[in-house]
Amino acid sequence: MRPLKLPRLKLSGGTSLWIGGGLVALAIAVAIAAPLIARTDPVMDANLMNAEIPPGLDFPFGTDAQGRDIYSRIVYGARISLTVGVVSQILNSLIGVTLGLTAGYWGGWWDDVVTGLTNLMLAIPSLIFALAIMAILGPGLVSLVIALGLTAWSYSCRVARAQVLSLKGQGYIQAARILGYGDLRIMFTQILPNILGPLIVIATLGMGGAILSEAALSFLGLGIRPPFPSWGSMLSEARDQITTAPWLSVFPGLAIFFTVLGLNLMGDGLRDILDPQSTTRRT
Amino acid sequence: MLLVLGRRLANVIPTLVAVIALVFLLFSVLPGSFISGMGEDGRTTIDPAVMERMRKEMGLDDPLPQRFAQYLMHTVTGDLGKSFRTREPVTTLIGQRVWPSLKLVFAAMSFAILVGVTLGFLAALRPGSLVDTVSMVFAISGLSLSQFWFGLMLMYLFALKLQWLPSFGYGDGGLTHLILPAIALGVGPMALLARTTRAAVLDVLNADFVRTARSKGMSERRVVTWHVLRNALVLVVTIVGLQFGSLMGAAVVVEKLFAWPGVGSLLVDSVFQRDMPAVQGCILMIVLFFLAINTLVDIAYVVIDPRIRYGR
Repeated sequence: MRPLKLPRLKLSGGTSLWIGGGLVALAIAVAIAAPLIARTDPVMDANLMNAEIPPGLDFPFGTDAQGRDIYSRIVYGARISLTVGVVSQILNSLIGVTLGLTAGYWGGWWDDVVTGLTNLMLAIPSLIFALAIMAILGPGLVSLVIALGLTAWSYSCRVARAQVLSLKGQGYIQAARILGYGDLRIMFTQILPNILGPLIVIATLGMGGAILSEAALSFLGLGIRPPFPSWGSMLSEARDQITTAPWLSVFPGLAIFFTVLGLNLMGDGLRDILDPQSTTRRT
Repeated sequence: MLLVLGRRLANVIPTLVAVIALVFLLFSVLPGSFISGMGEDGRTTIDPAVMERMRKEMGLDDPLPQRFAQYLMHTVTGDLGKSFRTREPVTTLIGQRVWPSLKLVFAAMSFAILVGVTLGFLAALRPGSLVDTVSMVFAISGLSLSQFWFGLMLMYLFALKLQWLPSFGYGDGGLTHLILPAIALGVGPMALLARTTRAAVLDVLNADFVRTARSKGMSERRVVTWHVLRNALVLVVTIVGLQFGSLMGAAVVVEKLFAWPGVGSLLVDSVFQRDMPAVQGCILMIVLFFLAINTLVDIAYVVIDPRIRYGR
């Protein structure tokens, strides 16, 4: 018989948190320092003399059909991708947590309404929903943030609700009620801090998802429109030149990949620390 | 069995009506979305009198509940309206696109299950080994990829450089055109399935009934195939069902990239042509399919896991 020992932790906890955190920190640093580290203006510095130069010493990531420096465009693109990821995820978290907390705490008809809404959201693939909203609002940064911020809250809502249900009967909540705390005060000052761990993990992973969705919508031409450099819109321009200038596709894709990888690793690492009930802890 | 099915259907129908209501609200009620939007994009100008007539013809001036009741009746009876662009019924348009989409989605999911479950299973049998580390690095990378970018890279490598496979299009519907889009689409669920299978198998390997099976002298191979795999499968089925949703979202982009003639590329084209009846039809079709899959998943549970069949 094999000994029944728990498997050793591998690529989790410390390691993935550090690697992920490093990648995310790098992306944030690049976004903040964009004007300092970019070599040219991402939109205006077109020069047809430099069109479609492969990566080399002069242009580390090459140039596009208008002769713009891909490196500089990627550096500025970090601003758009991170903005969309962070702001839309904040929206999702606010909606999900507020609905989940109140539904779990108050119960009754409000709980039924929120559960019904959550099921509705789960029935529509979120990228499809976001696409429908973009179709109505039209392309642009603001509509992108709205579309992605309204369509991916169901997970945090469900988790918040479940956690509240398990905490509601605890002594300290009753104590707070006896002390005369209002419902909202109990929810946001007594319950929320205790369930923050799993919600932070969900938000971290959700940011990665939002960045991928931004890329997908911009690639379709529904998100950020060229010439503004979002990583997705760069890919949408690059697609037609994949035969002649493959580097145009490679580098924006890698930027998306490493940023989302960083967020996913960070989420995994945070889960090991913040969410002791999760099953991945044991693996 | 019938009871489970009945209960499940009772849950699905309200959701479906809610989805129809939501789509109706989004596209028919919000300002700037329908007739008024046609004159607002700056490309076309429409005579106000014409717009007034169109509003009348489409019943846009009727009270809202009446309009919704009509819309619901039409939708339920399979009448999704006429496409603005081709003047064909939307159901005909979608009908032509369903089969390619189904093929792509199921091919992608089969790839994901085959590779993902195998990787996760091998990783769980030797935790901490090289196989484990490599598959898990593979899995987290798969989760972080944008699927259409991965598809673009596959297209470049296998179609343009090596010329092993056609780069895009549907061809005569054969397998060669299907491979690249299916892999590009399947890589996300594949990665998630690898991770879930690994966690599920590790969980089951430490369960009491596995210890019992081992202690009564069952061979390790039999323990693994008979007890572990079967029990881990329950979790895998759940993930497969849920992943269909994001798979169909991603399919829109992958279809567009590979010029695949599915419902997803019809949806995107219709959005750009402001062909709102077609947009609504595609969205309803996708949601309907997703709900159907999840109903099937619920039935699959009953087959796989006897505890659900006997308990309540």
